[in-house]
Amino acid sequence: MANAAKPTSRPLSPHLQIYRLPLAAVLSIVASRATGIALSLGLLMLTWWVTSAAYGPDAYDMAMSYIASPLGLLILFGFSLALSLHLCNGIRHLLWDAGRNFEIGETKRGNIYVIIGAIVLTAAAWLLALA
Amino acid sequence: MFASNNLRSPLGRARGLGSAKEGLHHWWAQRVTSIALVPLTIWFVAGIVHLAVGGEPYEAFMGWIANPCNATLMILFLGVSFHHAQLGMQVVYEDYIACHSWRTAAIMLTKFAAYGFAALGIVSTLICCFGG
Repeated sequence: MANAAKPTSRPLSPHLQIYRLPLAAVLSIVASRATGIALSLGLLMLTWWVTSAAYGPDAYDMAMSYIASPLGLLILFGFSLALSLHLCNGIRHLLWDAGRNFEIGETKRGNIYVIIGAIVLTAAAWLLALA
Repeated sequence: MFASNNLRSPLGRARGLGSAKEGLHHWWAQRVTSIALVPLTIWFVAGIVHLAVGGEPYEAFMGWIANPCNATLMILFLGVSFHHAQLGMQVVYEDYIACHSWRTAAIMLTKFAAYGFAALGIVSTLICCFGG
């Protein structure tokens, strides 16, 4: 600290825990990263499901009895919502990578599109599956 | 390995040489797989919805996976999504694991697991198609 005696008034970058993150940043953390980690585990469930079918009808029925149980369906619902969020936010990240939608208005509209899109996709899949 | 008559540190010698010319590959592979996964995911969810509606579970699944297009798309979906997943998990480890050896071990283990489970899923799909 060369200038310890003379406090400067230069702006400091706010720490993550103090700074209120904009919604787009929260979505990047939750809808891209957290769901990505969850969906990596979801891939294990997918592999287990396909492999059980290769082992034969008994193994498949046992796997399906777990998947179709209340807890299994709750986990499946979680994965479907995570997948929808990851898909919608991923498309927006691809648009950002292409240099589009960086204006504040576009970003705020994008937040809404991502959230509404994820809810609509999840609801559509479950309504069609249970219809 | 290092020339004994050179007193400069490895960092000093590396500075100013530019990039290693391979950092883009990981980023680009993540984008290519994500674009491929958009149609594959839509097909996959449509397939699950179709199976949830169709009657006898095991017969319905075997009939669905025996279709050459469905089998091909399932193999692509497994391969591309596991590749995409391990690329993404690598970034998470690189961001949050400070210790270099633990980070390398975590990345390596995840790659082994991802490609192992992808192979298991793909072989299982083929067994479902050709009859085990």
